[in-house]
Amino acid sequence: MTALEVKNLHVSIGDQPILKGIDLLIKSGEVHALMGPNGSGKSTLAYTLAGHPAYEPSAGQAIFGGEDLLEMEADERSRAGLFLAFQYPASVPGVTLAKFLRQTINSRRQAVNPEDKGISIPAFRRLLKEKMDMLGIDHKFAGRYLNEGFSGGEKKRVEILQMATVEPKIAIMDETDSGLDIDALRIVSEGAMRLKEELGMGILVITHYQRILNYINPDYVHIMLNGRIVESGGPDLALKLEERGYDWIREKHGALEEA
Amino acid sequence: MNTFTKEAVQKLSASLNEPEWMLEFRLKAFEIYENTPMPTTKDEAWRRTNLRQMKFDEFGPSINGDAATDAALPSFLNQQLTADETGGNLLQVDGVTRDYELSEALQAQGVIFCDMHTAVSQHPDLVQKYFMTEGVSVSEGKFAALHGAFWRGGTFLYVPKNTKAAAPLHSVLWNENGRTFTHTLVVLEVGSEAIFMDEYASGNSDAQGFHNGVVELLVGDNANLIYAGLQDFGANMWQFNHERGRVGRDGKLDWVTSMMGTRLTKAFQTMELDQPGSWGRMSGIFFTNGRQHLDLDTQQNHNAGNTVSDLLYKGALKDRSRTVWQGMIKALPGSQKIDGFQANRNLMLDRTARADSIPGLEIEADDVKCTHASAIGKLDPEEIFYLMSRGIPRNTAVEMSVQGFFDPLMRRIPFEGIRDRIFGRIVEKINM
Repeated sequence: MTALEVKNLHVSIGDQPILKGIDLLIKSGEVHALMGPNGSGKSTLAYTLAGHPAYEPSAGQAIFGGEDLLEMEADERSRAGLFLAFQYPASVPGVTLAKFLRQTINSRRQAVNPEDKGISIPAFRRLLKEKMDMLGIDHKFAGRYLNEGFSGGEKKRVEILQMATVEPKIAIMDETDSGLDIDALRIVSEGAMRLKEELGMGILVITHYQRILNYINPDYVHIMLNGRIVESGGPDLALKLEERGYDWIREKHGALEEA
Repeated sequence: MNTFTKEAVQKLSASLNEPEWMLEFRLKAFEIYENTPMPTTKDEAWRRTNLRQMKFDEFGPSINGDAATDAALPSFLNQQLTADETGGNLLQVDGVTRDYELSEALQAQGVIFCDMHTAVSQHPDLVQKYFMTEGVSVSEGKFAALHGAFWRGGTFLYVPKNTKAAAPLHSVLWNENGRTFTHTLVVLEVGSEAIFMDEYASGNSDAQGFHNGVVELLVGDNANLIYAGLQDFGANMWQFNHERGRVGRDGKLDWVTSMMGTRLTKAFQTMELDQPGSWGRMSGIFFTNGRQHLDLDTQQNHNAGNTVSDLLYKGALKDRSRTVWQGMIKALPGSQKIDGFQANRNLMLDRTARADSIPGLEIEADDVKCTHASAIGKLDPEEIFYLMSRGIPRNTAVEMSVQGFFDPLMRRIPFEGIRDRIFGRIVEKINM
């Protein structure tokens, strides 16, 4: 049982406050959806939790598996079991997908035992083939430079391939649904759900649309506006947003902003 | 005291039992050397390379000391390139052959692969015909002339007409005494093919060392040469090289250069595309750290129409090191329908390092396609964060990113063992 607990988290970029006190508790096996209009701070929250050096919290806490997440480097957070599926994954020219995935596995093993020689090539090939087949990724991608020249949909599948390879405890999926056609969305969502069922992975789905939530069914839905979570509820909250948009949220909580 | 004297030329030639013609060649070169002033930053080609700190008077001819026979050598030197198909292997220490083998298959083909001195005595006609005649000339500069007078050791590769060398060739020129004047001469006759890895290296030393090398790659009509010159000298070596490739009609020269070591390197590398259909590719890989200074002068000379040249030099720089790449594509009048490309990309790992990138075109034909590109960049922090976000420690992420920068060029080196060793050196330098 691993939980990610965010308490009163504040983050500014320069002088501009972006997150103004986020509280969130995600436990193993739970699915949380985080919705909200553009610029409300959803991606900032994702990057901050993943440890991006440009996002320095000014106040608050994030506890992951009982440890202070904010004190950890990005790589330590990952090895502790937190995963971010990026909305815009960087490309890494000159490093093949296979080499990269193998290093993610080996870095984990070597963090436990510095003498570890790493996963054997045959074992790695088997693992990679199995995961690629699960996500409908052509094996040729293994030899291509990571994300270089990949289409939006290919990048998203490869994010989930990475997730399936490192088997995190809690995964943040930052607009994984954007740029995916309906078949790819189903395959990617099923992949994530399988990890939830098999490993008890907790998921935070950041999205604008109800669509992905048809596949990754949320237990909780949160709405973010201007750096705060202003509404939390069950799956019906997402349906309500789909129907009515964000205006009612703005009307209801707008006063907060002007105060 | 400067020991580059006429008497020293005579003594060297006598100690090598050279024929008269080679002694004459050396003496003629020595005369040119004496009549050529030491380059200064006032010379255009040397503007960015200052030799003030070089203790030239402490250098001298390569001496045949005990080191050449007794030195304990790094283990990698004896590793064969291709485990299952031995081609030719040649290991020299201070210009003296230590290990040598050439497979029966290559011998049966008439491929000649040996040290330069053996070539002088056993294949005088070929050496007289090609040694510093079509490739590098002794009159190209002070150091070309000095080399002509004092050259010592190096490798001769000759592939006869219409012969595809049965296996790759590998030579390693190891230096112990800090004075090396190696000469590489490759001659591919019409329609022949070869792959040749040419390594030169030394350990670290407190005293300044001196490498004065020449590389000549003569590729005949319809011939095809893959050549990799891989330099990994110690950190106190001063290197001055003249290198030239020459390609005949429909010939191909795929030329890879890797430079890791030295305190200072000044190299002139020229590709001559002499006949329609000549194709030449130049790939450069370099990594400088500390106070290294690397100055590479490249030329792609399109001496005929319908010729193609493609140059990509990539460098990574650390600490207070400095690199200069000065490239020139030339097209003679009438060299129509040529395709020339040159690019230099530098990865700055520290703010204190400096890279100068100076492309140039001199085109005297009008129907040509010639382009150049240069870029100086830093490690991409988003790339590093992305790698780290998957559990890869920062240092490993940096290593991967730098390796990735070089990977497309590394793939042009045909042997994994050599690629791995260069990658290993890069990682070592990142962590220095």
